[in-house]
Amino acid sequence: MSDALPIEVTSPVPLLELRGISKEFPGVKALDDVSFAVYPGEVHMLLGENGAGKSSLMKVLCGAYRADAGEFYHEGNKVAISSTADAQKLGIAVIFQEFSLVPHLDIAQNIYLGREPKGRIPGTIDRRKILADAKRVLDTIGFDIDPSTIVDKLGVAQQQMVEIAKAISQNARILVMDEPTAALSDRETELLFALIARLKADGVSIVYISHRMAEVFALGDRITVLRDGRRIDGVKPADVTPDQLVRMMVGRNVDMTYPRNFADKPGELLLEVKGLSAATGISDINIEVRRGEIVGLCGLVGSGRSEVARAIFGADPVTSGEIIFDGKTISGEPDLAARRGIALIPESRKSEGLALLRSVSDNLVVSALRKLFPSGLFDQRSAQRTSDALIRQLRIATPSARQTVGLLSGGNQQKVVIGKWLAAGSKLFIFDEPTRGIDIGAKSEIFALIDRLVAEGAAALMISSEQVEICHVCDRAYVMREGRIAGHLTRNELTEENIVRLGMHHA
Amino acid sequence: MTDISKDVMAPPRSFLSQDAIQVFYRLLAALLICAVLAVLSDSFLSLGNILNVLRQASLTFFIASGLTLVVLTAGLDLSVGANVALSACIAGTVIHKTGSPALGILTGLACGGIVGLLNGVMVTALRIPSFIATYGMLWVLNGLTYWYMAGETLHGFPAGFRQIGSGYLFGLPIPVYLLLVFLGIGTLFAQRTIWGQEIYAIGANPVAARLSGIPVAKRLLLVYTVSGTMAGLASIIFLSRLNSAEADIGESLTLPAIAAVLIGGTSLFGGVGTVFGTFIGALILTLVLNGMNLLSVSANWQPLVTGIIVILAVWLDMKTRRRAQ
Repeated sequence: MSDALPIEVTSPVPLLELRGISKEFPGVKALDDVSFAVYPGEVHMLLGENGAGKSSLMKVLCGAYRADAGEFYHEGNKVAISSTADAQKLGIAVIFQEFSLVPHLDIAQNIYLGREPKGRIPGTIDRRKILADAKRVLDTIGFDIDPSTIVDKLGVAQQQMVEIAKAISQNARILVMDEPTAALSDRETELLFALIARLKADGVSIVYISHRMAEVFALGDRITVLRDGRRIDGVKPADVTPDQLVRMMVGRNVDMTYPRNFADKPGELLLEVKGLSAATGISDINIEVRRGEIVGLCGLVGSGRSEVARAIFGADPVTSGEIIFDGKTISGEPDLAARRGIALIPESRKSEGLALLRSVSDNLVVSALRKLFPSGLFDQRSAQRTSDALIRQLRIATPSARQTVGLLSGGNQQKVVIGKWLAAGSKLFIFDEPTRGIDIGAKSEIFALIDRLVAEGAAALMISSEQVEICHVCDRAYVMREGRIAGHLTRNELTEENIVRLGMHHA
Repeated sequence: MTDISKDVMAPPRSFLSQDAIQVFYRLLAALLICAVLAVLSDSFLSLGNILNVLRQASLTFFIASGLTLVVLTAGLDLSVGANVALSACIAGTVIHKTGSPALGILTGLACGGIVGLLNGVMVTALRIPSFIATYGMLWVLNGLTYWYMAGETLHGFPAGFRQIGSGYLFGLPIPVYLLLVFLGIGTLFAQRTIWGQEIYAIGANPVAARLSGIPVAKRLLLVYTVSGTMAGLASIIFLSRLNSAEADIGESLTLPAIAAVLIGGTSLFGGVGTVFGTFIGALILTLVLNGMNLLSVSANWQPLVTGIIVILAVWLDMKTRRRAQ
């Protein structure tokens, strides 16, 4: 499908071309002499590890950053992109991962925000026209919904559709999408892919940033790989293998086998959840985790996986059922769970896992304060020593323990979140999407770390949307569907097909 | 790791050193103001005036130090002034009725502490945003105080009690000793105890703090209670210095205390700031007012000048912090 059209022949002039773009921040060269061309009606995949320069390139494209050096050409003519308005005039629109919709306005109002059609009386808005226009735009992208629906009521996938409709209504010819499938279910992903095909046919070009190899080959007409702010190569999907791409991204050979030494016999029972229900929508959850085990918790996004994790940790109130940890029935707030030895590595490390403005050291010791300083007196130097040891042990790439944690890369931030529970001496580690937004090298390291933890007698409950990960790493797994446990898979039964089959809605 | 090269290139930064830098600049600013005033006014450098500045600064500092802890958790306590008034009136009544200053002091501290605890309950159990909860509390306390005092003034306290606010020990006013003691305790508590660390963590990211196992509600209760108790302490100093109590004495106290916290470099967004900074903030505020008095500038200009200093201090902080990121 990707080699159907020889693009250079049909359209020799790129819709947009960037030549020699550089962008520097204090201490970091974010983009270094990057050239990049988008042809009409193509899907151009942008690949690279975290920190490779994808986001910076995207921000230069949409005018949010001003390039320090380099030139822009639009259909062969030299242009300037020095503001978002410039980019908009050239028909460039970005669908960010975090949407910019106003939640309490309706779809139509969001699409025409700031450029509403004027009504007859000055200062008013022509409500009928705005609804009709919105409906027409929604129709062009095949999204069948009432445009007067309040955005707040929409799911992630639908909000994304509204973002796309908004871009199309602004006559966007180049859509930049930042990991658009990161929060979508499989079915929603299919719908998005269908829409992308439709936009392509209309001649819209798409710059698509992705971490998922399968998408790159399913969608891409062309691939540009960035590494350390430089353009490494531009290739076509037909000419490369996934392994070659990974090598280009990482700059070395990466062993993407999953490090795991399965124990012959699991240890004693550590966590037993009986008939657990919570107001967050989970009911009658029964789970067992033994020492030395990594137990998977899978299912679709929204099936209640995170809610189970939060209920066990005490972050959400439990309505009925029992949690038995290390032989004792437990209940209460997260501080009690943490003190007993339960650790939660939450899904969103930036908003739930870290104090981004505080130092690596502050974040590493925060859960272990009571253990490290039983007298209650805090000693900065001793905290720093503990942190230095963890930084070495986890190989956290940071210039010092005093570095602000928000400045680290995603993988290293995740190691800090795990590190704070190592310092606390936790026995059960609940991981919620531990590898989301993390580059391949760091993923391997994190799995090796989890393996070492359970080998030393701890236990892990791991939520992941990457079924490959669950299959390779877990001793066994529970599959959730609509707030309940839909099934249990032993090591031998643990295949992607089985996970999908149990997790699917049978409506 | 490919990441290492990039991270290592970024210069190491931390808020500890930045806290130190902030405090240093503020000390410099305070010294600069002193130097200017010393040149402009002959009486500024007199011992009497300097002691007067310190004594005035101490009253603002008592209220502002407790408030600093609240602001570090990204909260605000607007009821401190009204709390001072109620506590002073109740403590004054107890002293009048029983003749025991000790009992009066305890009652004043307890009254302040209980009000603070109630604020804490509203913020944690009822989940009312702190500035709304304490704003409501301000009105409630004012209402109680006006009803209780019914326009009366309490006047005339035992000489021993009056020593607390106006007495001297080895040539220094007693409130200055109290200032040093509570500056020490506040700094130790914030920087050198695990509760202090937890307070910073809560202010920096309350969700992450809770999910890191910090008992957020308990710490917030503590912080609001401390803020209330410090208002109680201020009420005792106030009562003893003025030798009288009226219902409206708290009205001019809250905003200067907030100003001291902000000038001292504590961020209203939480997680950043120091008790020592607040001390310098109170000092700068008092110095400027004192200087204006000495130079016979009309008192009508004082609010304007205070406002400009607050805006300037916060703007400079944000500028340096943005550069650090």
